[in-house]
Amino acid sequence: MKRVTIFSGHYGSGKTNIAVNYALKLAAEGKKTSLADLDIVNPYFRSKDSEKILSDAGIRFISSEYANSNVDVPALPAEAYAITDDKSSYSVVDVGGDDRGALALGRYVPAILAENNYEMLFVVNAYRPLTHNVQSAYEVMKEIRTAAGIDFTGIINNSNIGDETTAKDVLATVGYAEELSRLSGIPVKMTCVHYNLYDEIARTQKITDLFPIKLYIRQSWKSE
Amino acid sequence: MSDKVLMKGNEALAEAAIMAGCRHYFGYPITPQTEVAAYMSKRMPKINGVFLQAESEIAAINMVIGVASTGKRVMTSSSSPGISLKSEGISYLAGCDLPALIVNVQRGGPGLGGIQPSQADYFHATRGAGHGDFHLLVLAPASVQEMVNLTFKAFDLAEKYRMPAMILSDGTMGQMMEPVSLDAGEIHEYDKSWALTGTKCERKPNIINSLCLQPEELERLNVERYERYKIVERDEVMYEEYMMDDADVCIVAFGVAARVSQNAIDKARAAGIKVGMIRPITLWPFPKKVLLDTADRVKAFISVELSMGQLIEDIELATRCKKPVLLCSRVGGMIPSTDNVLDKIKEADKIGGAN
Repeated sequence: MKRVTIFSGHYGSGKTNIAVNYALKLAAEGKKTSLADLDIVNPYFRSKDSEKILSDAGIRFISSEYANSNVDVPALPAEAYAITDDKSSYSVVDVGGDDRGALALGRYVPAILAENNYEMLFVVNAYRPLTHNVQSAYEVMKEIRTAAGIDFTGIINNSNIGDETTAKDVLATVGYAEELSRLSGIPVKMTCVHYNLYDEIARTQKITDLFPIKLYIRQSWKSE
Repeated sequence: MSDKVLMKGNEALAEAAIMAGCRHYFGYPITPQTEVAAYMSKRMPKINGVFLQAESEIAAINMVIGVASTGKRVMTSSSSPGISLKSEGISYLAGCDLPALIVNVQRGGPGLGGIQPSQADYFHATRGAGHGDFHLLVLAPASVQEMVNLTFKAFDLAEKYRMPAMILSDGTMGQMMEPVSLDAGEIHEYDKSWALTGTKCERKPNIINSLCLQPEELERLNVERYERYKIVERDEVMYEEYMMDDADVCIVAFGVAARVSQNAIDKARAAGIKVGMIRPITLWPFPKKVLLDTADRVKAFISVELSMGQLIEDIELATRCKKPVLLCSRVGGMIPSTDNVLDKIKEADKIGGAN
């Protein structure tokens, strides 16, 4: 597996939650892991909200020290250079949504390309309206690629409709992901499913590389 | 695939506006409503619509007045401080009897305040957001699905009564992601003979204006407008009841506060406390009658709100203070927890002597 894993994609596609889950998985496997929050676009639902869970798991969390504070400016900390400088650690990178969010990745790209030990993943949810069809998803993919200056190496199918997602809803998007793969020439590397649905979907054997995830974002209005 | 999609409240509202026939959006970015503008900027050019980021909120609302004068569906959106800036224009819309949609995705205040959710603009919205005697239609969604449905409703009512409508949302409703069905509501056709569409030398010019220097005439216009408001108050009140059939305690809450309250009610019911909720969907017109009727059969009300005690005043007015009204509130961007509400339910339940 590659040392640097970058999660990028359409706004609201689920990048942050997948990045947190992925970092926790690496840490659980005993790997030295860091998670860098490069989302300087959206002040809500950031990996910063999961800081305690991450630090409890021994993951080095890198984000703007000013995130969620009065001086929450779109700036990145010097510490983020650890993504490329600290080669003793696996790096998980949570990039902001769309091309605007992906711009922030640009400054780290030369070093990432030089090391050439990375996955640049496109997270996509077929149930998000602006990536609802394959063509529009491909357009978003191209916009991000242009802004970030680095080619994608994989697609992550994170198709879901929140709490109401059924196994059928996920299985119905397999064709969508394959078509996006054909159109872009980029392989589908992973399909994310809520761990409640994992067994049911795994039994069908229609999806390989299933990645079960939990929800770590705060939703205080919901019942426990 | 499921016919539902996963959307943020702000995006769902924007898409619903487009589906409702809105092709003109004027706005200025402010957290936590920026997704409305961002979504419009992507979608409007593709459907031959207009997205324009104005130089200020004041400019945006005046652009809204311009398009509204032509009888086209038009909207603007902002968050609390930006809505303050728009207030002058909102009053002009009311004075000109123009339909338009104003969206307020509220954040904590006063002043610049914060960027987390709030309901502290309740007074501002329900008392007519600006100078002079007037009302806005004020609709308060409590889910992403309602962001869609009430956007349709707001455009419809605004045209039906020729008055501006406001969606009073908050940072939670704007930012939360939920499954939503983008089933289009009905679009009704209303008389637009008042609109400025060019006379083509075939009719007398229409005039849209809020200036009236003759006091007798201005009084007449105000009185006429309030006759129309009476019809709105009679016919357009919307609310939802939850477990009210046998309730001893009645929670009144809207938006995210109603979501939390519903969870608290479920917990309280499990503990044997008879509590229910009346959730106003229209904040103006306010569901006065049902609350007054309810006052005869419950022992107490609880106002759950994200403000220092604004909604509570309307509950006290509507019920003519027949029963105690307790306040359960968090402010500044904080949301009451289920336990905050549950504690207040227990306190209300201790108040003796139903009826």
